[in-house]
Amino acid sequence: MTTLDTPTEIMPPVEPRARPNFAPLLRQLAGIGWAIASIGLFAGIWELLWYFELANPLLLPPPHLFLADIPGTLKYFDRSDRIGSVASGGGFGALLITMGWTTFRVVFGLTLGFVLGTAVGALIHYVRIIRNLLLPTILLLAPVSPVAWLPVAIFVFGIGDVPAIFLVFITVFFAITLSTGAQIASVPKNYIHVARIMGANERKTFWRVILPAILPSLFMTVRLNLFGAWMVVLIAEAVGVGSGLGQITTMARATFNSKLVFFTMAIIGLLGFLSDWGLRTMQRKLLWWVAPNQGGLL
Amino acid sequence: MSRSVVTRPAVAIRNVSKVWTPEGRSPVNALQGLDFDVAPGEFVVLLGPSGCGKSTLLYMIAGLEATTSGLIECDGLKVEEPSAERGLIFQEASLFPWLTIADNVAFGLSIQGVLPVRRREIAIEMLRRVGLSDMLDKKPDELSGGMRQRAACARALAMKPKVLMMDEPFAALDVQTRARMQDFLLQIWRDSGASVLLVTHSIDEAIALADRVIVFTARPGRVKTIVPIDLPRPRPTRDARYHEYRDLFTELLAAEVERAFAEMEAA
Ligand SMILES: Nc1ncnc2c1ncn2[C@@H]1O[C@H](COP(=O)(O)OP(=O)(O)O)[C@@H](O)[C@H]1O
Ligand SMILES: [Mg+2]
Repeated sequence: MTTLDTPTEIMPPVEPRARPNFAPLLRQLAGIGWAIASIGLFAGIWELLWYFELANPLLLPPPHLFLADIPGTLKYFDRSDRIGSVASGGGFGALLITMGWTTFRVVFGLTLGFVLGTAVGALIHYVRIIRNLLLPTILLLAPVSPVAWLPVAIFVFGIGDVPAIFLVFITVFFAITLSTGAQIASVPKNYIHVARIMGANERKTFWRVILPAILPSLFMTVRLNLFGAWMVVLIAEAVGVGSGLGQITTMARATFNSKLVFFTMAIIGLLGFLSDWGLRTMQRKLLWWVAPNQGGLL
Repeated sequence: MSRSVVTRPAVAIRNVSKVWTPEGRSPVNALQGLDFDVAPGEFVVLLGPSGCGKSTLLYMIAGLEATTSGLIECDGLKVEEPSAERGLIFQEASLFPWLTIADNVAFGLSIQGVLPVRRREIAIEMLRRVGLSDMLDKKPDELSGGMRQRAACARALAMKPKVLMMDEPFAALDVQTRARMQDFLLQIWRDSGASVLLVTHSIDEAIALADRVIVFTARPGRVKTIVPIDLPRPRPTRDARYHEYRDLFTELLAAEVERAFAEMEAA
């Protein structure tokens, strides 16, 4: 009888004394380098077009122009959350408040859509009567663009925060609802068998096995819809809310302030990038067992 | 292994049949009129052509599926629902990727409400027994196939099962790992005192492990013969009797595999 004290298989390969590994750091630096190069190239072409007077600075002010007069631009940002209020001084604080409002609507709407979408998706999967009653309607509504919901949202909720949050909510809700059922159905049967053998009832099986098994792909669905959420929140803000970056863009367009337009676009791009980075970080921390995926700069 | 009349069988299969009735397809006669016992502490290997219902039988003993007719008893009690006393191990380890190895092993304990400190103690002890002491806080996908299968054993053993069922547990492993895992399994079996029911395709595996080999017919699965292996362990592969067993099983299986093929072609 062989003993198991030293099974060859569990002996880790003898490694030389680990040297500090710079590869990931280098990769990250390279990523940042290419990002700078990419943005630099884009801005450079724009600046050249301006320099050779191919781009009208009133319509397409190049970066050095729309970033030059930041205090002037910041005047237009408003601290109050009221529609039609005249910009009252603005400043950096007002910019942050504006960014904060928009970000809050995106985050809140996504969270709500994620939680309710998962709940409704699970109910549809498990409860036959709910499936029969809800699924046809959901399939009918799912392809409707969130933007088409805007008038409805304003009729129902009036002008204010709620329509913007609702639109973001709609962007993920149907996707999450529909994917939840598919994901639950594809949880390996043996996972559920293990849970049942260990004595887990249905509730425990759901919370301890099914939910963690489907969470990574649901989170991926949220990430895929993140940029969509940023698009609709701006539209909602432009139309029906008294604050936020969307409202600034509308005002900039109305007042023909192209510097403000491009400045706001730069801010929106930055926020979108940061929120994607935030979600990826969250994914890494919360869903640590999922292999880290590529597709981002940082 | 001798079976005395007084000991109650660990598992009693009484005239069990199973008909699968999949939605939208014709019913499948998977098992028919099975009748045998497994003694406490006995190592039984189920050998048969693929599709003859071996997995189905394990699922029914585990309580995951109902019998169509007949009765399955464990320790004198009718099997009606799954229980941690009847552990089941699959071809893929089916460890939860969102739990560390130690937490996987402790999963059942946590479901049963054992407190975290105690859970950890038991998990450490179980992983020591299966030779994975330094893998406690690793992720499942950091382990090799053989290690994962041992962790799955530890998870089942943590519940102190009376019956340990294994459905082709080593089929996905390479030959060398397989041989080691067989030694490992015999050790686990002796330590735990559980009865083991193991499904395999491999004749050598059956001879290496079993007290008794139950040979199944092609579908619908019936018991074709039951062959006790009367060789000391570790099984002497050079012994003439080893080769007699080998030839016997090869012959028994060949006939059934042929029948299974013929039926498949007819269908
Ligand atoms: N869940 C199921 N639903 C319907 N038919 C099944 C199911 N599981 C197994 N079967 C059928 O029962 C027969 C026996 O299958 P199985 O027990 O997996 O055989 P084995 O493990 O011996 O290869 C096969 O014909 C298979 O198609
Ligand atoms: Mg099988």
